[in-house]
Amino acid sequence: MRTTDTGHFALQSIRRYPLRTAMSLLAIAIGVAAVVLLTAVGEGARRYVTGEFAALGTHMLVVLPGKAETAGAGAAGMLIGETARDLTLDDAAAILRSNRIDRVAPLVIGSGNASWRQRQREITVLGTTVEMLDIQHWRMQRGQFLPATDMNVASPVCVLGDLVTREFFGNSNPLGEWLRIGDTRCRVVGVLAQAGLTGPFDTDEIVIMPVASAQALFNTPGVFRVLAEAVSRESMPAARREIIATITARHQGEEDITVVTQDAVLSTFDTVFAVITRALAGIAAVSLLVAGVLIMNVMLVAVSQRTSEIGLLKALGARRSQILVLFVAEAVSLSILGAISGLIVGNAGTFVMRAVFPAIDFAAPLWAMGAAVGIAIVSGLVFGILPASHAARLDPVRALAGR
Amino acid sequence: MMLLEQICRDFQVGDQIVHALDHVDLSIAAGEYISVMGPSGSGKSTLLNLLGLLDRSTSGTYWLNGKDVSRLPDNELAEQRQLNIGFIFQSFHLIPRLSALENVELPLVLSGETPKQRRERAREVLDAVGLTARVDHRPDQLSGGERQRVAIGRAIVMKPSVLLADEPTGNLDSRSGQEVVDILESLNRDGICLLVVTHDAELGQRARRRLAMHDGKIVGDVRQ
Repeated sequence: MRTTDTGHFALQSIRRYPLRTAMSLLAIAIGVAAVVLLTAVGEGARRYVTGEFAALGTHMLVVLPGKAETAGAGAAGMLIGETARDLTLDDAAAILRSNRIDRVAPLVIGSGNASWRQRQREITVLGTTVEMLDIQHWRMQRGQFLPATDMNVASPVCVLGDLVTREFFGNSNPLGEWLRIGDTRCRVVGVLAQAGLTGPFDTDEIVIMPVASAQALFNTPGVFRVLAEAVSRESMPAARREIIATITARHQGEEDITVVTQDAVLSTFDTVFAVITRALAGIAAVSLLVAGVLIMNVMLVAVSQRTSEIGLLKALGARRSQILVLFVAEAVSLSILGAISGLIVGNAGTFVMRAVFPAIDFAAPLWAMGAAVGIAIVSGLVFGILPASHAARLDPVRALAGR
Repeated sequence: MMLLEQICRDFQVGDQIVHALDHVDLSIAAGEYISVMGPSGSGKSTLLNLLGLLDRSTSGTYWLNGKDVSRLPDNELAEQRQLNIGFIFQSFHLIPRLSALENVELPLVLSGETPKQRRERAREVLDAVGLTARVDHRPDQLSGGERQRVAIGRAIVMKPSVLLADEPTGNLDSRSGQEVVDILESLNRDGICLLVVTHDAELGQRARRRLAMHDGKIVGDVRQ
């Protein structure tokens, strides 16, 4: 029998029983559409998150004191900064002298007791410079950020996070008020826009002051981190080498800093979301197996409905293998048609989601669509074999009698 | 052409074994016109199925064109059916979703004939059974007599040497039945061996050789 004839015969049978065809198509289409939609969501989330991180500054290099032996393994060392030498403001200034570095922001972090009139609370204090605003893409709610002075100059001003402002000042205007932090007092010059967690800190719950003031407050000559922004993404490896060389030279030839790039964080998120997307695809693929079982049932019904037709084919000289192929072809045709409808529905759904949430770039990856169609066809094949071999084994005399 | 030697066909029905065919000996020459008559359960249909290779004997030997076909594997039986035997059923057994032409083409499709050749051949056959104007009709658009003529067309499209007809007029009114019988007899005159199983005494009497069956045995074999 010719392949085109087999296909033709299968399609004719599919057309002849619209209800059961519709049921199987629906089952397969739901499975394929589920894979397409879920992976589109996963992929959309991945692109969104990595995009947001990229917006935070893919050009950023974070310099921390202490040498981590291997990336990621020295977490404790990174936090404590166990080294003989501190990273200082002069180091930060030295880093800035490189022409591969656009700007730097040193960072001192500590915690202090803040009070205003009768109200007081423990608060995270961030010492940094005016560059931090742009590097972290923070926005101001009112007032100004830190003054653009030399980083070694301490001045008694501070910028508050949104939640801190509301806790201390309620609805009254905080600008110009004097907030006491530890032993010093500083004037509130600005309030950050509410943002929640951006990057490593919850900016709603911090007080920001000039880095020199924070060093004085915590009585430390060192800084916790230096954030440096490279001029371009391409220049980052060179900038990194240069930073290490500069600081090593300043630290009597000892390489006692670690430089972390945003790229590492970004690729971690990338990997995490890719895994999530794959897991979603796997879950959706289970529904394709369920659809395969439905195809098997539908084909078993088809075989019993068409018993006398099978008997006739045998009487006309059809071999077992021919009947097997005919019925498997019918099951596979059902799953191919179902997969095509599923792709159409899934992609239409993706289109709608993109229209409703334009911020997120929903798009099912090609591998997911390919895998969904592949699994649909394979399950049609696998689950079609049992009913087809049942048909092929029928006794012609009994089959002709419709039994 | 067909030779049955000591053929038995037993069926298990509950605890009992029924001898549908009981040591049957039968020899059929090419081009014969044979009717098989007998009461229900006498083994007529079993004999027909066995001759048509749809069924296998429990014991005995069946020679078809000089070849022992009683113990052939399934695929070779299918091939022998395809080449040598045309079936005509009481209930036509047309495939409802296919047109008259496609139904007639079906054996050629199964044998892998090219679309062009099989279309040509199927049209010839439909012309021969007088359905030139009906080629594109589906079975539900045809009368009973026309359906049986399509079925005859399908049975002879592979040019078999034997036509096995099981109550070919059983579902037809007498006029359509007569047309069908006329076609079958004219095919027989052209040389095909025709074997008709029937309850209809009038139809049975028309055959040149008349077999009577009872309890799985051939109890009468009359030639005109």
